[in-house]
Amino acid sequence: MDIFDTFLNADVMRRTFPMLLQGLWITLQLGAASIVAGLVLGLGLAMARLYGPAPVRFVTRLYIDIFRSIPLLVLLIIVYYALPFVGLRLSPFLSAMSALTLVSGAYTAEIFRAGIEAIPKGQFEASAALGLSGRQTMADVILPQAVRIVIPPLTNNSINVVKDTALASVVAMPDLLKQATQAQALAANPTPLIVAAAIYIAFLWPLVALVSRMERRFSAPGR
Amino acid sequence: MTGFVSIRNLRKSYGSFEALRGINLDVAKGEVVCIIGPSGSGKSTLIRCINRLEGFDPTSEIRVDGTPVTTGRALAKVRAEVGMVFQSFNLFPHLTVRENVMLAPRRVRRTTRADAAAQADRLLDRVGIGDQADKYPGHLSGGQQQRVAIARALAMEPQVMLFDEPTSALDPEMVGEVLDVMRDLARTGVTMIVVTHEMGFASQVADRVIFMDAGQIVEQGPPAQVLSDPQEPRTRNFLGAVLNH
Repeated sequence: MDIFDTFLNADVMRRTFPMLLQGLWITLQLGAASIVAGLVLGLGLAMARLYGPAPVRFVTRLYIDIFRSIPLLVLLIIVYYALPFVGLRLSPFLSAMSALTLVSGAYTAEIFRAGIEAIPKGQFEASAALGLSGRQTMADVILPQAVRIVIPPLTNNSINVVKDTALASVVAMPDLLKQATQAQALAANPTPLIVAAAIYIAFLWPLVALVSRMERRFSAPGR
Repeated sequence: MTGFVSIRNLRKSYGSFEALRGINLDVAKGEVVCIIGPSGSGKSTLIRCINRLEGFDPTSEIRVDGTPVTTGRALAKVRAEVGMVFQSFNLFPHLTVRENVMLAPRRVRRTTRADAAAQADRLLDRVGIGDQADKYPGHLSGGQQQRVAIARALAMEPQVMLFDEPTSALDPEMVGEVLDVMRDLARTGVTMIVVTHEMGFASQVADRVIFMDAGQIVEQGPPAQVLSDPQEPRTRNFLGAVLNH
């Protein structure tokens, strides 16, 4: 079976699998770090966008629009190859994490904003009438309700972040994709690429299925 | 004389529309005031100004127990003293009934969890829904939800209770249970300002009835006088329309 020897060569698979696992570990670290940092940044941006003074709102909006418009690959290359000219030299990991976080934060901010704006005005009024501060209102009343609304889109965004970590291979990050291309070169066989693709799918498919399920459940009547 | 709640020359505009056109009102401690009037007369806007859910003209002045209702820290203090019950309940749907009642005492008054829970159970018993404490608001009827909302407001031990059409969103068979709770509350000496369409409640419970129209107080006095023997033609028209609909 020629096609199996070419694309799913058991021997190549066995030899290159440890390399791929190292790459996977880095991909997961990069993905997790960027998702968490993006959530924090996004929540901060959403607050600034909704409740900041007018100039802050304007700047936040500008930020969100710019970072939703710029292609991630372009941003990544700027961070890694252009910033050193102004003395800012980041490691491949930090470059990739910065680029992913900056963009993810912009999307997350819009998701949080939509979630907060979906909470009825009466919830804010009831909190204010009880004497809760703005911060207490957010922490105890608004965000716990908004989180339920934003979990599906946030999960979607997280899936995108993990997928986009593959772009880090262009700045010499030894992530899953980079390791796979190197293994492919070493073994002179494309099997590692197929295995890498299978690993991405194995990790993200359950999340994709989860989002579909949540979306069905949240859109179900009566809740 | 100045009242426990004192309102001086209260004005509020939405663009060129004047919602409140110079209201003066004093409410004494322990007094129960019912505000009636056609929709759009400004009665809800008026009570929403008292805890500043609505901003108002800077030349106007509202004081609660002597404290001016402004912005910032002083406002939080006033709001903690002024309870409010809304037409649409506005319970917190992600918290149980007991947690709804506990939240403000815990966060604003720094009451311990145990004390807040004990107080919540007491208040829920008082409004007749002690057995529902562990349910979520979504599983309660409208009348029960509104009684939780009253308990939630009472948990802050307010000096004044504001009611913004508390029975208007209820099915008719549930109006009575909420009015009963409010009637009991009135007997305890809490100062109450109630915007309502329930003329029966106003005539039985209110110390004073205020009729508003077009952003002004048209007529006020004891319920027997305002409701049974109104002096102003606008009051007469309104009552005629409401009582003989």
